[in-house]
Amino acid sequence: MDNQLLTTTQAVDPVFLFIFAACLLLLIGITAAMVWFVIRYHRSRAPEPTSQAEGSLWLEIAWTALPTLLVLAMFYYGWSGYLTLRSVPPGALPITAVGRMWSWSFQYQNGKTSAKLYVPVGKPIQVNVESRDVLHGFYIPAFRIKRDAVPGMKNHVWFVATRPGSYDIFCSQYCGTSHSGMISTVEAIPADKFAAWLNEGPKGAPHPGLALLEKHGCLGCHSVDGSQKVGPTLKGVFGSKVPVTRGGKPSVVLADEAYLRESILAPTAAVVEGFPPIMPVTADLSEADLKVIVDYLKGLK
Amino acid sequence: MSSVQTTTAAAGGFWRDSGKTGIGSWIFSTDHKRIGLLYLYSVLGFFLVGATLGLLLRLELMTPGRTIMGATTYNALFTVHGVVMIFLFIIPGIPASFGNLVMPIQIGARDVAFPRLNLLSWWLYAIGALVVLTALFTGGGAPDTGWTFYVPFSARTGTNVSVAVFGVFILGFSSILTGINFVTTIHRLRAEGMNWGRLPLFVWSLYATAWVQILATPIIAITLVLVIAERVLGTGLFDPGRGGDPIMFQHLFWIYSHPAVYIMILPAMGVVSEIIPVFSRKPIFGYKMIAFSSIAIAAAGSLVWGHHMYTSGMSDTAVMVFSFLTFIVAIPSAIKVFNWVSTLYRGSISLEAPMLFALSFVLLFSIGGLSGLILGAAATDVHVHDTHFVVGHFHYVMFGGTGFAFFGAAHYWLPKFYGRRYKEKPALIGWALMFVGFNVTYFTMQVLGIRGMPRRYYDYLPEFAPLNMVATVGSWILAAGLIIMIVNLWRGLFWGEPFQGNPWGGATLEWSVPTPPPTENFEEEPVVSHGPYDFKGAGVP
Repeated sequence: MDNQLLTTTQAVDPVFLFIFAACLLLLIGITAAMVWFVIRYHRSRAPEPTSQAEGSLWLEIAWTALPTLLVLAMFYYGWSGYLTLRSVPPGALPITAVGRMWSWSFQYQNGKTSAKLYVPVGKPIQVNVESRDVLHGFYIPAFRIKRDAVPGMKNHVWFVATRPGSYDIFCSQYCGTSHSGMISTVEAIPADKFAAWLNEGPKGAPHPGLALLEKHGCLGCHSVDGSQKVGPTLKGVFGSKVPVTRGGKPSVVLADEAYLRESILAPTAAVVEGFPPIMPVTADLSEADLKVIVDYLKGLK
Repeated sequence: MSSVQTTTAAAGGFWRDSGKTGIGSWIFSTDHKRIGLLYLYSVLGFFLVGATLGLLLRLELMTPGRTIMGATTYNALFTVHGVVMIFLFIIPGIPASFGNLVMPIQIGARDVAFPRLNLLSWWLYAIGALVVLTALFTGGGAPDTGWTFYVPFSARTGTNVSVAVFGVFILGFSSILTGINFVTTIHRLRAEGMNWGRLPLFVWSLYATAWVQILATPIIAITLVLVIAERVLGTGLFDPGRGGDPIMFQHLFWIYSHPAVYIMILPAMGVVSEIIPVFSRKPIFGYKMIAFSSIAIAAAGSLVWGHHMYTSGMSDTAVMVFSFLTFIVAIPSAIKVFNWVSTLYRGSISLEAPMLFALSFVLLFSIGGLSGLILGAAATDVHVHDTHFVVGHFHYVMFGGTGFAFFGAAHYWLPKFYGRRYKEKPALIGWALMFVGFNVTYFTMQVLGIRGMPRRYYDYLPEFAPLNMVATVGSWILAAGLIIMIVNLWRGLFWGEPFQGNPWGGATLEWSVPTPPPTENFEEEPVVSHGPYDFKGAGVP
């Protein structure tokens, strides 16, 4: 890593310290003055007011001018820190973060995708933040960076992980039922391990249907191992009898191919008992991909 | 309300002198005092609803994962908590209740300029509130969008957003009409000798607020209509797939909703500017600067909405401009704080309930305002935006600020209108519990935000668990204080000791009329010959 490079954390934290310190001094001053006046001039000690002063021009000028200078300093300091957040260092590694309800998917230059954000230690990373549905917010507290994922718009952030480790990624912009479950991590690993990871093929070649489920964000709500998340698990669904609500009336349907297709294409037509009717329509799903997914679900026992 | 009439035995004045009783004498009354009390009971009722929801939210967050409710319920509850507290409690809160009760008397008028329009305002409020409540129990159920109704989520969720925002649309008209009424009243109905330099600072604050209500509210109205159009007609104005822009919604929303923050806080500042001089027996320090800063806040506050959007994708130039303007609007607030504190200097201070609420307002508002500087600075805002830091910050300003001023106003003015008073000791206990519980709850939230916990989070990582437990315990202390305070006020105002005359020595006109004031307020047209804080000139102790 270039030793001159200021990390995002190093750019933001001094601003925090400066404003906190100034605020703390002001707050202590205001509180101390109030407490002192209330004790000293309490009616038991001061039965009559000893001043009827209605103001002081000099004091008003002083406590208009000094706070003005102080807040202008805060503005300038905050703005210059923000500029560092916006200025991506040259040679940063571009990775695209795609948010959808309710998962993140990270796409690397070679087309590889992952659910966790793998990055090489010491290399600046430019994350291009996109959304497939509603607003999301890409937030890494450890690096003090945050940017909304807005459908139809390209936003970006950058950061550099100076030490190997795992750092939380949250969705900061409210996006519905499982907003708080839309979390992932940055996995900062040494550059050589990262290169190896990036170029290794998928292990044991998972079913292309599973890859599609991950690509379209289905696994944010549906598990394939039987565990319950926001939505029902997909394991063993095919061929089972499912209690659903259709048109406001409860019924039990046999989960055949037609049911699976309908549940993907028109998710709120028949909603499984005990689950909220919140599944969005998957917009960019081709007929061929749909067939692959349904075939995969048929075999998921 | 007829039971009120019989139990308020000490009360005469406007409670009795019209000879009318029963519910009709209230909901069809054009007397500003009766309308003020109608508003008071309405907003207080909704405050209690909102507070109960808030307590349930804190209870859910006490432990990670599911504590008492599921994620969809939680999301609906924080939305309803926000909508109820903002649109049904705090925006109409002080202006429509205490403003209506006190302002006409303070300027020496018999009523507001348009008494029937005033009644219509309350009816629009009541109808709007009913529509909002209807939205919770019909269609797809309570909205789950957050009170900000951000698109595209609000355009596609299956919950009852359209009906809820239509209710808020109606509430907007109530607010606009109150604004028009107050501006006209303050311009046209001041008594002889009540020149602008003798206007009580509460009236100045209502005047500034009223202009914001008139000018900003139409923008939220049209924005909410566009959300309904988006949902019902599919207009696509906010849909990027059809040439629309979700960021544009945020601009429109905050062009109103940021000035609305000043609709909420300015009247509270006015209340505090009344209470502090009376309980210090000293003229307010810097009358002109406080009056001027109300106008300055209203004007500059209309230009800072973009500070809610630093991370939205808005241009960096816009971030710079909005950050700069945000810091400018901090200055008049600071001036007010310094003047309030200076008023105490060399006074004769009495720490009764209204004063305790007013002083804690100054402290809590300062903490809220100073944490606002973190949010105004672009670099630091990026980290804490959309986290619990923001939740803590605005509760300091809105609840610690406006809420505490509202309760201060209740302890200060309501005995005047009921002719009975509350007990002092339970009032002090209630205040102390609220003050402690408040800080435990909301300061902890600010720390959680600094540590990175986003807001509107149903579930959280284990690292946030201890502080969430602390905040929840704080909310119980706060609730205990609230209950003691409200029970004490209720019992005192209906069954307490008689309250007569001007025991605190206020010099504004409401303290010169009989207790409770008669329907016509003044027995003869007042002629004002001294300033609102001229305690010697008013001939009071």
